[in-house]
Amino acid sequence: MAQKTIRQALHEALAQEMRRDPRVVIIGEDVSGGAGTAGGRDAAGGVLGVTKGLITEFGEGRIIDTPITESAIMGAAAGAAVTGLRPVAELMFSDFLGVCFDQIYNQAAKFRYMFGGKARTPLVIRTMVGAGRSAAAQHSQSPYGIFTSVPGLKVVVPSNAYDAKGLLIQAIRDDDPVVFCEHKLMYDLKTEVPDEAYTIPFGEANIVRDGDDVTIVALARMVHYADEAAERLAREGIDCEIIDPRTTSPLDEDTILDSVARTGRLVVVDEATPRCNMATDIAALVAEKAFSALKAPIHRVTAPHTPVPFAPGLEKLYIPDADRIAAAVRDVHGYAR
Amino acid sequence: MSITAITMPKWGLTMTEGKVVQWLKPQGASFAKGEELLEIETTKITNVLEADAGGNLLRIVAPEGTTLPIGALLAVVAPEDTPAADVDAFVAGFIVPEPSEETPAEAEAASPRMLDIGGRSLRYLERGAGVPVLLLHGFGADLNSWMFTQPALADGYRTIALELPGHGGSTKDVGAGDINAMADAVEAALAALGIEQAHLIGHSMGGAVAATVAARRPERAATLTLIASAGLGPEINATFIDGFVRATRRKEAEAVLRLLVRDPSLVSRTMIEDVLRNKRIDGATAALETIAKAWFPGGRQTADVVTAVAGLPAPVQLIWGRDDRVVPMTHATPQASRLPVHILEQTGHLPHMEKAGAVNELIRRFIGA
Repeated sequence: MAQKTIRQALHEALAQEMRRDPRVVIIGEDVSGGAGTAGGRDAAGGVLGVTKGLITEFGEGRIIDTPITESAIMGAAAGAAVTGLRPVAELMFSDFLGVCFDQIYNQAAKFRYMFGGKARTPLVIRTMVGAGRSAAAQHSQSPYGIFTSVPGLKVVVPSNAYDAKGLLIQAIRDDDPVVFCEHKLMYDLKTEVPDEAYTIPFGEANIVRDGDDVTIVALARMVHYADEAAERLAREGIDCEIIDPRTTSPLDEDTILDSVARTGRLVVVDEATPRCNMATDIAALVAEKAFSALKAPIHRVTAPHTPVPFAPGLEKLYIPDADRIAAAVRDVHGYAR
Repeated sequence: MSITAITMPKWGLTMTEGKVVQWLKPQGASFAKGEELLEIETTKITNVLEADAGGNLLRIVAPEGTTLPIGALLAVVAPEDTPAADVDAFVAGFIVPEPSEETPAEAEAASPRMLDIGGRSLRYLERGAGVPVLLLHGFGADLNSWMFTQPALADGYRTIALELPGHGGSTKDVGAGDINAMADAVEAALAALGIEQAHLIGHSMGGAVAATVAARRPERAATLTLIASAGLGPEINATFIDGFVRATRRKEAEAVLRLLVRDPSLVSRTMIEDVLRNKRIDGATAALETIAKAWFPGGRQTADVVTAVAGLPAPVQLIWGRDDRVVPMTHATPQASRLPVHILEQTGHLPHMEKAGAVNELIRRFIGA
């Protein structure tokens, strides 16, 4: 089986689903991207090249470049979805959700409910999250918690190429709107990815690593930092179990609760700011449903409650890393009443 | 007498490291070839490492609980009177071969390949050279089913672990999915591989397929080894079959996979994940459904290879686990008057994984005779 990057895995998922189902279309800014440039129509293929090559195979009718207007992209895609297409719409940077949130959370997310279950909205919104490129406060946020808080939206936050492909295909085949969050620093990460199409069910967490001492729940890029921390902690005699929820809505509560029932200790890692984020949500879940199993207070490792700094040194301090995760694990592991 | 090393073995395609669970021989003990030395846990399953030669376990280097890469030094084997300084020097000078030293050609040879049989593709893994040995896995399994068997036979035989239609990386186009469709695919694979005759080894459903392939052209089977084989009686555990077909989530898969083994702790997260990865491929579940309906409708087996097996000129042996909860061991009983039947104690439906050493020895002796 071949090693593929997340970029290749996403491209493969899109191409395979477009071949399988003529209703699948892609709409967004620069999804082909080269019109009027020396490189030609297919010069860009999205800011990070995920959709490059698709216009050659599927043509302008199905790879739709738009003007810079997120509200139009999301509005058109939501409308197309309820009328029978299966659009994959690009919200380039998730930070831009502010200008098109009505189309997402007040329209697409509500159609099934408002129309008494008679409308289906098979819409996928692909969007980039995450800090670490010095892209400053308006291009570096991780607002999957905001999407997760909206009933009617499903939210995917993959951490590796195998999951990215299987979850994107699942998202395209799902009849509800799905926000698919891609961490912008992870596109070149490689794992083994089957050539065939496959799906990973939503609400099924991945257990990245088995351990009996401390449960770490982490998302996206934080899964890799958690693994780095766990590797170090194993040498100190602390065995961590790492759970990657894969989807924040629906959330695989059982896998998290089962693990904490065994370990009695929980560290939740989230790159997003700490108020009303996934770390807070998961900490509340465990405090409510596994209180009697807890042997130590739950620790959250998150960004601080500030905008993402532009200065590289500050940004590095802002993003949770393996050191901070390891320190949190040592704290909960060494805790004594 | 020289100083030799016991090193971390590589079992299966994906193993990169293993954990020393328990030493079964104490430091200082002498052991004979084939004796069990230690238990090693891989991410997939725990197995026993057996001595490939006799010797004296002079120094255990890897204590219980340590995880080491494949090729790492586990213990030093040398005569009792070997000077400690010589052992120290051997340990200090031991170099773990880097996995990256594997040449691309070696990596290619160790990777599964695809066969084309009339427009459909079958995946297989070939190891070793010599007289061909064909390994056919059971329902829902893949070539990794033979992770402990194939390496043990590859030293002396051209071993082929073939994935049946609907399984692993093979085509999801299973046709009728019944025993004849499976046997057709295996015959086509043998033709494509240029194999006229082979030692046939089949587990569960693969056993019935192997028996059918042998019965169609008896000269094709040098020997036939049937492990917990289907087709020798009507009963089958419908809970396992239905549950396996339906499972999409880890917990569901774990519950059914536990039925396969005597010791449920053998079912690791990686084993479950591998099964789910196979099942997630487009068409995989539908293929398994077709196969299950053709082979096990209403919880009874349709395949019957009793007569076929009885009429074979080639030697046949049966291997079964006493505690098999999928295909009952009692199916072997009526055969015992005519065939060698080996019942393994404390063993479930996967003797070749649960008791790999014993099964490898039974196979080696049988096909080497």
